[in-house]
Amino acid sequence: MTSATTVAVPAKPTSGSILLTLMKLRTFIALFAVFAFFAIFAPNFLSTANLILMSKHVALNAFLAMGMTFVIVTGGIDLSVGSIVGLCGMVAGGLILYGVDLQFGYTIYFNIVEVALITLVVGIIIGLINGLLITKLNVAPFIATLGTLYMARGFALLSSDGQTFPNLVGKPELGNTGFAFLGSGRLIGLPVSIWMLIVVALAAAYVARYTPIGRHIFAVGGNERAARMSGIRVDRVKIAVYMFSGFCAAIVGLVTSSELMASHPATGNSYELNAIAAAVLGGTSMSGGRGTIGGTIVGAFVIGILSDGLVMMGVSSFWQMVIKGLVIVVAVVVDQAQRRLQQRVTLMQLAKNG
Amino acid sequence: MNTVDRVTPPDDCVLELEDVTKVYSGIVAVKKANLRLRRGAVNVLVGENGAGKSTLMRIIAGVERPTLGRIILDGKPVQFDSPADAVANGIGMVFQELNLFSNMSVAENIFATRELTRGLRGIDHQAQVDKANEFLNRLEAGINADTLVEDLPIGQQQMVEIAKAVSLKARILIMDEPTSALSAAEVDILFKVIAELKAQGVAIVYISHRLEELMRIGDYITVLRDGQITGQAQVKDIDTQWIVRSMIGSDAKDFAKSVSHTIGSEAIRVEDVCLPRVQGGFAVDHVSLSVRAGEILGIYGLMGAGRSELFECIMGRHTHSTGKVFIEGKDISAGDTTRRIRQGLALIPEDRQREGLVQILSIANNLTLASLNRLVRWGFHIGGVKEKSAIREAIADLAIKAPNPDFEVTSMSGGNQQKVVIGKALMTGPKVLLMDEPSRGIDVGAKADVFRTMRRLAGEGLAILFSTSDLEEVMALSDRVAVMSNGRLITVLDREHATEAAVIAASAEGHKAFSREVGTGSRQENA
Repeated sequence: MTSATTVAVPAKPTSGSILLTLMKLRTFIALFAVFAFFAIFAPNFLSTANLILMSKHVALNAFLAMGMTFVIVTGGIDLSVGSIVGLCGMVAGGLILYGVDLQFGYTIYFNIVEVALITLVVGIIIGLINGLLITKLNVAPFIATLGTLYMARGFALLSSDGQTFPNLVGKPELGNTGFAFLGSGRLIGLPVSIWMLIVVALAAAYVARYTPIGRHIFAVGGNERAARMSGIRVDRVKIAVYMFSGFCAAIVGLVTSSELMASHPATGNSYELNAIAAAVLGGTSMSGGRGTIGGTIVGAFVIGILSDGLVMMGVSSFWQMVIKGLVIVVAVVVDQAQRRLQQRVTLMQLAKNG
Repeated sequence: MNTVDRVTPPDDCVLELEDVTKVYSGIVAVKKANLRLRRGAVNVLVGENGAGKSTLMRIIAGVERPTLGRIILDGKPVQFDSPADAVANGIGMVFQELNLFSNMSVAENIFATRELTRGLRGIDHQAQVDKANEFLNRLEAGINADTLVEDLPIGQQQMVEIAKAVSLKARILIMDEPTSALSAAEVDILFKVIAELKAQGVAIVYISHRLEELMRIGDYITVLRDGQITGQAQVKDIDTQWIVRSMIGSDAKDFAKSVSHTIGSEAIRVEDVCLPRVQGGFAVDHVSLSVRAGEILGIYGLMGAGRSELFECIMGRHTHSTGKVFIEGKDISAGDTTRRIRQGLALIPEDRQREGLVQILSIANNLTLASLNRLVRWGFHIGGVKEKSAIREAIADLAIKAPNPDFEVTSMSGGNQQKVVIGKALMTGPKVLLMDEPSRGIDVGAKADVFRTMRRLAGEGLAILFSTSDLEEVMALSDRVAVMSNGRLITVLDREHATEAAVIAASAEGHKAFSREVGTGSRQENA
């Protein structure tokens, strides 16, 4: 991925700057470490089938984590993504199974592309609501998205009275077959969801690095007042990141229900925490202003490989939680140490340059 | 007190630093400094930004520990492990960066860590407020100790900080640029308090960039350059030229000479701008003015005169302000800040750290922050040659000492940070530049650079409005001088007619008419 870790390479690397480079690459190192560990100790870990399966697991979390990264970089948090996943799955499932009843004897059925687009729009609209609550009504991001977390989950449960929408194959006479493509289809040997992840991740990384809105996101997270005085429309930037987060969650909702060919209203429960963990593991600072898409993707892979690998090794799920928690805490501790070291190295370089 | 003759008796010295060196990873901030602080005297410390003054004072205040050397207090070597240690030994400090808890009241701030308690019944808030008011009244600050610190303007926050330090009843009181946000009247009050403290035998350490202040109240002066003490003398023996020579090694350039240039047509017109205050009355009271291209309008005023608020209204920061703003005859009052910047307005805010810079972004990214839409290709892509050359140009143009534009902006000195803020504003291609206290908290060299830049920009046809509470500055730089007082624009004087006396008289005008009706917290001017 295009992780934004271009270091100003000093002329003569000192021990400090070598250590710093190591620490900057810590998520990659962690990724290789878990990969190597399970390659040795988990049976069948390196089989193509397993690697693809794992990537599909990781992709779900990675989508959410990307949206979360932008939100956290602006200094916010989005707790509602898990619920949006659930609701969007139900929207997609409901549209395929029952269509939209127009109340006077007609029911509209949409084809799969339309279903997908409507679902994405639903996710974006929930993000828009989050953004409006936070900017126009001044609700703290934590509370605003906590509110939409409950509401979205509630609507998801209401939509089917808590039941699952099963068997989403669609009917050929209605022209809405083919939903399975998203979850189990393949293009050039890779699952469709992986291709989607690659496209969205590249786009997000590009936006973060090379577009005004990307700069604005970082500026808003770094110093909101200064950003405002520099003519950045802070409210628009914030609304945009929550909408992107909702968009990512809607994708996950679609992919999940397509993989299962069924949508269940409880899908996505506590996904938001995994997404936050991946972002933080990838170097996103909870106080805003810092983070990269590349780092977040790597963070998602570390978490994903860790949990799948532990399952394959037969480690109890209780221990899995302990280990996951430890990894997150260690990541943040190393992050802090890196920041301190970086300040020292910058000072030293300044001193050398006079 | 009466300054003593050449050979000062040893008991006159309350604290001595002996060969103190402080090294921060790789940087020698202070090199073998020998400093004696005398009781009952104002010990002045000057030097450019980064010369090591603040570090030296932080060592005395127990915030930092010296790498080498000893601190001798009353003839005995001591070691301060924490600021609390230093306070216990009677050392108080007013920090340069305000160290207040903005979410607490003034009284709570003053008594932080030494709350007045009533045994088990907890903090005696009433007693704290009463005592805090006592200290504040002594400073004639006109601040109620009940108010939250975040509700106070920055100048009054500085008064709170001073009151806090005075309330420590310290034997040694360090003031690190205590006047950077104070008006002339408040500075006078502060100096009165300093004189009182001096008479009580307190050793005062006074750090400031304003040389005339130092000459006025200093007894002993120490000049620092690059971490080394380059001059020590009694103030009565020296003049400002001596200070400047010791500070920067050569005579100062002082204010840039006026470049002769033509003044064009009207660039900005402000009509009837009003900003209501929460407590009633107006922070900006029906202000109208106009500035022509190539003209520099200096806005002089005491603290709370409404200068910053006027600038903020012009930028469209306050949605509840009224009035009209015209750029080159075009009404831009409807637009928000972003649109106004596009129409050719740019603001250099007073509070560099809070409103000027995004600290965690690089120098380069800070520079281009406001002008990204001018640097894009195909409507959305930034980066590449266009941005890089624009950044290089700005750095060269303003003589920013940036070793590497990709470093964080906070790795530079205050003066260079200010130049980055100016550069950011200039990169938007403004027609009108609003500069709110552009020389606040930067060293002499950087100040001269900033002034030269202002002259040059005016010569290139920019209309510049700048605010200042430095009389000398406003007289030297402005083509016209506007005086604000208590939210009102009192007068606009041509350079020929502007005398210091007239400007000072006008700056107190607004408080005469309103002195009866202003309520809480505005008693500062009993003109």
